[in-house]
Amino acid sequence: MTPGERRRTWAGLAFVSPWLVGFAVFTLYPVCASIYYSFCDYDVLSPPVWVGTLNYSDMATDNVFWLSVYNTLVFNLIALPLSLVSALALALLLNQPVRFQGVFRAIYYLPSLVPAVAGAMVWLWILNGRHGILNQALMAVGISRPPLWLDDPDWAKPSLALVSLWGCGNTVVIYLAALQGVPRSLLEAAMIDGASAWRRLVHVTLPAISPVIYFNLLIGIIGGLQVFTTAIIMGGAERSTLFYAIYIYYNAFEYRHMGYASAMAWILCLLIMALTWLASRASRGFVHYQGD
Amino acid sequence: MRPPARILVHLILVAGAAMFILPFAWMVLTALKPLSQTTQPKLWLPRRYEAQLGGREQEVVPGAAVTEPSLWVMQEGAKQPVALPEATVVDGAWRPQAGAPLPVTVVKRIPASEERPWREISDPSGAVRDVVAQASIRSAISFRWENFPRAVRAMRHFWRYLANTLILCILNVAGTVLSSSLVAYGFARLEWRGRDRLFALLLATMMIPFPVVMVPLYTLFRWLGWVGTLQPLWVGSFFANAFNVFLLRQFFRTIPRDLSEAARIDGCSEFRIFWQIILPLCRPALVVVALFTFLGAWNDFLGPLIYLTDERDFTLALGLQAMKTSESGATEWHYLMAASTLVILPVITLFFVAQRSFIEGIALTGTKA
Repeated sequence: MTPGERRRTWAGLAFVSPWLVGFAVFTLYPVCASIYYSFCDYDVLSPPVWVGTLNYSDMATDNVFWLSVYNTLVFNLIALPLSLVSALALALLLNQPVRFQGVFRAIYYLPSLVPAVAGAMVWLWILNGRHGILNQALMAVGISRPPLWLDDPDWAKPSLALVSLWGCGNTVVIYLAALQGVPRSLLEAAMIDGASAWRRLVHVTLPAISPVIYFNLLIGIIGGLQVFTTAIIMGGAERSTLFYAIYIYYNAFEYRHMGYASAMAWILCLLIMALTWLASRASRGFVHYQGD
Repeated sequence: MRPPARILVHLILVAGAAMFILPFAWMVLTALKPLSQTTQPKLWLPRRYEAQLGGREQEVVPGAAVTEPSLWVMQEGAKQPVALPEATVVDGAWRPQAGAPLPVTVVKRIPASEERPWREISDPSGAVRDVVAQASIRSAISFRWENFPRAVRAMRHFWRYLANTLILCILNVAGTVLSSSLVAYGFARLEWRGRDRLFALLLATMMIPFPVVMVPLYTLFRWLGWVGTLQPLWVGSFFANAFNVFLLRQFFRTIPRDLSEAARIDGCSEFRIFWQIILPLCRPALVVVALFTFLGAWNDFLGPLIYLTDERDFTLALGLQAMKTSESGATEWHYLMAASTLVILPVITLFFVAQRSFIEGIALTGTKA
């Protein structure tokens, strides 16, 4: 290295030094420690005791673990398509030259800013089986025995999906930004060729925004597998909303099974990586990057 | 668009918007009701009922209307009189029928089609309730703004929660903006060996889900003696966050190189170029990072849940949750909704003040990523 190069390297390292320290202390050390703990029996109060792969093999026979996996997957199978499709539909509508576009955009976006705790309280009240406004409305239109929502194990996950739908404004705005980038020339050419609105959507707009659909899907999967706050506060009946991240939290901080919690976290990490890989494989067929 | 299609689009948007607003509306309306009216959803708007009692206009809570002549009896130790069907006369005095709760005190005998409004006083010995004719009760729409100060009191340490939350917001915003912009500058505008490999590492750290580091971070902060203090919730922000570094780096790269070169030739130190030239030019991006960091700190639940142990040290999000769970028996929904409104209001205000930055910021995260 020349003296100039050396000087620049030191300057560069100096600027990124906060992250280097942060990386070592808040990422590298915890990741290594977490791997170690996942092979230990560890309750924080006494030092970790090596137990080999016991935590991992315990998972296989832990019914609550499998219940949390099942709950998380079922919830995501309901919530993710619902939110992604609704957000795309809303974005397509908002992208039309409608009046009060800014007002609509603000209204659809606002709920996604609401603190999860406060949002959960409001929805607990709306979905209240006896006095909730939703059931009162359903009874008013002639449904005499509306579902009890969170108090009914079969309806608790759809209830939470409804709450997550309310917060889809973030996704709407991301779609909207992508829709602004759809080349006008392509749309106009399709129009001149006599393509209907539906064909223009399917053959021009959707392919053009496919990278963003893929991005939203990925973010949705990663976030969906870690859903925590809303579910732990709203707490569906009979452990019907005991999700994976909640079970990790309970293991770590209620039962003090820190080793088991760490092992579960690593399985989650692997699961996320596997799903991301699957999504990227599947995306090859339908994601088109401009300029390719 | 043809007119019918345009009308249809509008109709769908209006209907959807109504559904998105409804939870807010219902929250605020509930927050402005007396408790007795929260369980009557058919009453959209909070009302106030008044009747002549003891020669004065007083607020009353309408109870069930009496539809047949009955005897009102007070069971010993009970708080409210109960209605018994027609009682029998024994020795010239009214006696309750067999099977009635005993011992009892006869309160009043009322004819049918009158209403029994309770006075809303939780007087422990307040056995006597008043009876007025339904027709004499007047009602008007009335918002109970006093529910807000009462909810604040019901939350007990509201002001401490607010102070803690604000402290965390300020420290997190300051830490994140300072450290992330410094690091982003190093990655965006300096040429040095190993830079790109380190940046790839930084991007890779974004893939690690929080639960993986949750336990070791807890044990680390416990070892430092920081559990039960606010420190675990803000110290990390001073060590740059990968996502914000990425966002700012994208922005920093759009500023022409010549600007830095000119300053360097003039003998400007690298830090001064960063501080006095680049940062002022990147204000919009910094505002976005600051906004989302503020929101993240304001809304955070899991962090405070893990680290804050004493109820007096909670943040607003945690305090709100505590308010719900500490309820013995029936939830006081009107206070809970009032408190929720107070927690949501600053966020909404912030949105309207900085709407542009919000929308641009999210669009940035989606399209540049």
